[in-house]
Amino acid sequence: MNIHEYQAKEVLARYGVAVPPGNAVSTVDEARSVAADLASQGHTKLVIKSQIHAGGRGKGTFTDGFQGGVKLCNTVDEAADIAGRMLGNTLVTKQTGPDGKQVNKVLIAAAEEILKEFYLAVLLDRACSKPVIMVSTEGGMDIEEVAEKTPEKIIKEWVNPGLGLMPYQARKLARALGLTGSLINQAVKLFIGVYNAWWKSDGALVEINPLCIVRKPDGSESLTAVDAKVSFDDNALYRHKDLAGLRDITEESPLEVEAGKYDLNYIKLDGNIACLVNGAGLAMATMDIIQYYGGSPANFLDVGGGASKEQVTAAFKIILSDPNVEGILVNIFGGIMQCDIIASGILAAVEETGLSLPLVVRLEGTNVAQGKKLIEESTLDVISADSLADAAQKIANAVKQAS
Amino acid sequence: MSILVNSDTRILVQGITGSFGGRHAQLSLAYGSQVVAGVTPGKGGQKFAETVPVFDTVAEAVAETGATVSAIFVPPPFAADAILEAVDAGVDLVVAITEGIPVNDMVQVKAAMQGSKTRLIGPNCPGLVTPGEGKDSHGGCRIGIAPGYIHKKGHIGVVSRSGTLTYEAVWQLTTRGVGQSTCVGIGGDPVNGTSHLDVIRMFNDDPDTHGIIMIGEIGGSAEEEAAAWIKDNCKKPVAGFIAGATAPPGRRMGHAGAIVSGGQGTAEAKKQAFRDAGIGVAETPSDMADTLLKMM
Repeated sequence: MNIHEYQAKEVLARYGVAVPPGNAVSTVDEARSVAADLASQGHTKLVIKSQIHAGGRGKGTFTDGFQGGVKLCNTVDEAADIAGRMLGNTLVTKQTGPDGKQVNKVLIAAAEEILKEFYLAVLLDRACSKPVIMVSTEGGMDIEEVAEKTPEKIIKEWVNPGLGLMPYQARKLARALGLTGSLINQAVKLFIGVYNAWWKSDGALVEINPLCIVRKPDGSESLTAVDAKVSFDDNALYRHKDLAGLRDITEESPLEVEAGKYDLNYIKLDGNIACLVNGAGLAMATMDIIQYYGGSPANFLDVGGGASKEQVTAAFKIILSDPNVEGILVNIFGGIMQCDIIASGILAAVEETGLSLPLVVRLEGTNVAQGKKLIEESTLDVISADSLADAAQKIANAVKQAS
Repeated sequence: MSILVNSDTRILVQGITGSFGGRHAQLSLAYGSQVVAGVTPGKGGQKFAETVPVFDTVAEAVAETGATVSAIFVPPPFAADAILEAVDAGVDLVVAITEGIPVNDMVQVKAAMQGSKTRLIGPNCPGLVTPGEGKDSHGGCRIGIAPGYIHKKGHIGVVSRSGTLTYEAVWQLTTRGVGQSTCVGIGGDPVNGTSHLDVIRMFNDDPDTHGIIMIGEIGGSAEEEAAAWIKDNCKKPVAGFIAGATAPPGRRMGHAGAIVSGGQGTAEAKKQAFRDAGIGVAETPSDMADTLLKMM
């Protein structure tokens, strides 16, 4: 589960991580009041940041032509004006896709003078099944590009999950970034705070880019998380009711939210052939074979091991609400499930949804003969297939002919 | 011969009185597997299916029945504890079927298992099957949730992260009259107990396994590591398939482990690693068995 930048900073602040003073708002009046507060604390420069679940905000463009989802300004009036241009507007960035995302909140924060930028992240290293904390002097850059071109500039420290991040490890990282004096102890506190936030809230990823040395209004230097991205392990949300409440459903695809209600795992893609499959691996493989035979998959859809008639009907409705879909491939390996029961579920769903698109059904497994017989004897227009390859070719051809 | 388990393997099931665990314990019994004990805390003294004794702890179940393998069907919040209880009781093999265990729990389990003699398979896996001699491979060892009847006793080893994709490969072999030595589902989670490479090494050492199908998917680098080892060490033909060529980067495709990030773990990179290692690459999931059979 992803959360917004302002929420990520709230989570991090609970673990003692320094973040720029500020607040998220959803109206111009609130924006003015937050900006006025910051100004009264001596902050002469402010930043207004659109809150959407996508990167590249600074270089993004709003659909009404307004440039930049992250803007600097010097006065309270300017801050309110910019917030007004952003709120309710739709921001398109390289990560949002052409439709963009609507901005419902903006973060108004102090834009302190940045003296130096770094990169910091905590995540799981799958190769050794241990947490890893990574830092780099190349802050504010695309870290994947840094990893590719100058891997030596990324410094990693693996963490014993029983001990957590030890202060000596944090000091090593601080020195690797070239920090000196009081900034070393600030870094130790911040690194351990970030690690604890990741571990204790079952984070998937905590990324701070940039992590900055900033000059405070009183002239002191502070190590501050100027931007932050936090995502959580969905499987662990049951034990973090407070974090689960940070979910912003408006950031998710409505079809994916609907699918979740029926325990269906659905991801919308750009193609025209929908598929309905049991098992994640087989679902991915079915998308692949559709493409291999010249089609283009419209979605990933895993109905799970024991799909009920209700789930199959819900799955058909979700598939059919994607206007790009021109044909459907059902691929079920009914290992434990019985194919005749699945077949009658499919036929009922076809009838209930009044399906008029080509539908190819490939069943394999227990009671497969009875299942195929049901489909063949049905008056509904359903094409039966024998193998995965046969099914993929049949649906690709049927869609070609229909168009 | 086979790897890890055979017809005589004595199995205990943790979570046998739950609906999921109970259903599959019943199916294993029907397949002719030696399910000798169940464990559900607080239900010790009961009988499952009128024959299988239920114990409060894994240690008691092991002491009383000589079970050497535990299948875990307990819900995600309790799964890490259940795995470590089985490890503590000294079983040889723990097969964790449970889907949805928090990743950090598995990070701790893995750290806690350092130095123990127990092997973990899974979690979030279909389990493993060593087919038997009888009709529809009856009499073999079925641990987990795979359909037993699709198997056939023989000499091909199958290893995969995905359940239904394993069944697909097994069924392709069986319908071509080719049997399997052992079929292992290692699970789709980012932190798991046994890797592709671990299983490939065992197949390589098993005189009864003559060829191997390795099924992988996008994400991580386990397939590449297995391929590198196969290139230098494997004496047997290996065919492979990688699922997820059409998956968009950055999206998690069902399995928590199946995610392409930063250009790493793509299907094309994995297929290339397979080709470089002399592994036959099935271009579609329909060709897994044929790709291997052509090499043998």
